[in-house]
Amino acid sequence: MARVPLARHLLRAKDLADARYADPLTVPDLAAAAGLSPAHFSREFKRAFGESPHQYLLTRRLERAAALLRTTDWSVADICFAVGAGSVGSFTASFGRIFGSTPQAYRAKFPPAEWQVHIPRCVAQAYARPQNRTFREDPAERASLGFS
Amino acid sequence: MIKLANAQFWVHDQDEALQFYTKTLGWEVKADVTMEAWNFRWLCVAPAPAGPEAPGLVLMPVPGPPMLDADASATLGDLVAKGAGGTLFLETDDCQAAYDDLSARGVKFNDPPTAQPYGIDTSFRDPSGNNIRLTQVLEFDPARGS
Repeated sequence: MARVPLARHLLRAKDLADARYADPLTVPDLAAAAGLSPAHFSREFKRAFGESPHQYLLTRRLERAAALLRTTDWSVADICFAVGAGSVGSFTASFGRIFGSTPQAYRAKFPPAEWQVHIPRCVAQAYARPQNRTFREDPAERASLGFS
Repeated sequence: MIKLANAQFWVHDQDEALQFYTKTLGWEVKADVTMEAWNFRWLCVAPAPAGPEAPGLVLMPVPGPPMLDADASATLGDLVAKGAGGTLFLETDDCQAAYDDLSARGVKFNDPPTAQPYGIDTSFRDPSGNNIRLTQVLEFDPARGS
């Protein structure tokens, strides 16, 4: 059987981090996906990809969180848990270290999400049209209300 | 140049749909914005990794008045539940692996991966009843499958 290069095992772990960052994944989980002991895995991952698996997973989550801050109106706590971060406190601290601001301040630098998601005009026309609540436009209605 | 930007499914419950597409299927949220004044929520998801240019699937609530009257709204909801809402056609490079992975995540498939002349495919439904077909495209072989 052909020998599988180490990098292929490491890539499996990297792919897992990309696909399942929202789950409560840990470095030992990534190491298991690569079939290596956590210590050996962390060393080899850093050698192959230039950063530790912990850093990779954290920055993957923060990148997704930043996207959700720009494109949704979710609360910071909802975004924190949606990207698999364990606690709002550590998430906010990590976010600040990487992006140089709080999640709220980061969001405020961008136009509101509703401007960015480009809700098509046909949708706006369909959903934003108010229901007719008797505008006194119906002649019979007007007569019944005493208007001529 | 014209490209596919987003497609759309009617769903019965956007929260339920969001859970299914993100937590069960592992997709990403491209946008989720509630327009209070319209009583409308624009919810768009896409298979991960979803870059800004990736086509999204808009999960649109079955509309009520004034867009559709109450009878029409109920009829549309029923049609979606009966599977008449349409199909999303997805491709994968490994149908069996995707089937195994998604089964483990709780997806109930309509059929197991099945050989077809055009490849291997399977399908499942979202909670509203919309059909999602998952195909591994192979070189066409009339002898493979039905």
